[in-house]
Amino acid sequence: MLAYFVAMATYAGFFMILAQGLNLQWGMTGMVNFGVAGFYALGAYSGAILSTRIGIAPELAIALAGVAAGVAGLVVSLLTMRLREDYFAIVTLGFGEIVRLFALNEDWLTEGPRGLRIPARPFDFGLSNAVYSLVYLGVVALVVLVIYAICERIRSGPYGRTLRAIREDDVVAGVLGKNVLRFRVQAFVLGSVFMGVAGALFAHYIQNISPDTFMPMIAIFIWMSVIVGGYGNNKGLLLGAGIVIFILEGSRFLGDFTSIVTSQQLSSIRIILIGIILMAVLRFRPRGLIPEPKFMSEFEKTS
Amino acid sequence: MHASATAKSPPRIVLSGQALQKSFGGVRAVSGMSLTLREGSITGLIGPNGAGKSTLFHLLSGVIRPDSGRVELFGDNITALPTHERAQRGMVRSFQLAREFGPLTVLENLLLAPQNQCGERLLPLFFGPAKVRAEQEGLYRRAVEVLALSRLTALRNEYAANLSGGQKKLLELGRALMTDCPVILLDEPGAGVNPALMGLLTEMIRRLNAEYGKTFLIIEHDMDFIARLCDPVIVMTEGRHLMEASFDEIRRDPAVIEAYLGRAAAHV
Repeated sequence: MLAYFVAMATYAGFFMILAQGLNLQWGMTGMVNFGVAGFYALGAYSGAILSTRIGIAPELAIALAGVAAGVAGLVVSLLTMRLREDYFAIVTLGFGEIVRLFALNEDWLTEGPRGLRIPARPFDFGLSNAVYSLVYLGVVALVVLVIYAICERIRSGPYGRTLRAIREDDVVAGVLGKNVLRFRVQAFVLGSVFMGVAGALFAHYIQNISPDTFMPMIAIFIWMSVIVGGYGNNKGLLLGAGIVIFILEGSRFLGDFTSIVTSQQLSSIRIILIGIILMAVLRFRPRGLIPEPKFMSEFEKTS
Repeated sequence: MHASATAKSPPRIVLSGQALQKSFGGVRAVSGMSLTLREGSITGLIGPNGAGKSTLFHLLSGVIRPDSGRVELFGDNITALPTHERAQRGMVRSFQLAREFGPLTVLENLLLAPQNQCGERLLPLFFGPAKVRAEQEGLYRRAVEVLALSRLTALRNEYAANLSGGQKKLLELGRALMTDCPVILLDEPGAGVNPALMGLLTEMIRRLNAEYGKTFLIIEHDMDFIARLCDPVIVMTEGRHLMEASFDEIRRDPAVIEAYLGRAAAHV
């Protein structure tokens, strides 16, 4: 049972990292990225390939996976940034599918649908499996906290203020002298880096990845996390990601208490439940459970 | 050079549009419009609806590109520059409908306007927090002054979306002031503003001109406002420059009356 909770918490950590990346792109800057799964997959596969096929230390491979996803984010954003918002969203969705289909068909590199096994274990000091899973959770938690600190600094600083201005009205931001393209590309790349790191952490945790792990559904779950938690609020995202994982995973236990539904029905009910919660939140708390905080100048009291 | 001679030479041209042309589909919104804006002036831009005034503003500020023609700011050709580079060279504008950043507070709307803040770059944001803090403190002091000038001090921590129409116009003017741009283009600052705030708005524009040395180009339909504030006044009709003169000359000019009211009225 404890092992299961540790696993759930670790998964929640991956979702929290992804949600913070998406929040930077969409919640703060207004760029609709439906290709979350693609950046996640790219991070997972590049991390796995670097550590298993090339033999790089897995810790370094995880960091480099972030760089790889960041480069992909740079290319995608530079190619598409001048598109209208809805077209941009379609392109990102396409990108996600390209990555998945590439992984599915390029056997020589990814083992295709058979799945890529990743024997390398990062942060392994010859520990037992039970202790190792705790260590891994600790590492993921640490990454979540570091990214949280980065995102909070951006959100509360002048940089985040300009991102939110661009989100609200990019024309006016430009007229006021803001280089909208620079801010958008930077925010998109940084969000992609986070997603790539999440992917590589996931790959080295699960130790076996296949393309069907990275269906566009992942993007929907991450969007859920950001919308339910509250876009523009980093605390809200952590809560949102936690809730989504709790529903996805926790509802498995429902089967133990009731015999009315089959396990197949149960897995569909989980998805329905997520949809209902999304609708309820949008109806009653359209800005999320913890909305974007109001700005108060730190200089107010002193003057 | 003698003092009398310099006094007589007109102030330099800060902004000019030359033979600007812009069509939307088959409609020529601006067809061969030229104008000059002289330093320190509050120049009015009037004309009947559909004369192309707002499109002209879009062309000058770079929101849309002209089909042909040229825009110069302080003597430099800026026709091909994106909007943000025009702002960095000293020209800012407002829009016909107030376009405040609604979910940001009034204070934030002002604080984000100054250009090239070091806190807007990632490296200083993370590795030079003291520098960022000092800069933000300085901007806060300036914003407090601007708040007082635009009588928005009590509302500074309110979301900008919650302001009245007139207050939003004041905020936009304050935001333009915060950018430090010497050239300010206002598209119907008086639209939707109640008479009490209108007085404040007029006063604020006058002060920004007299005390801060700002040059204004203002589109406005309220002729009282134009009469009180603007000299010279440029009349635009059917996408073209019709005349430029003082308001008194313009309102007696038969061509202007005809442009506004049609041929019959001019001969009454």
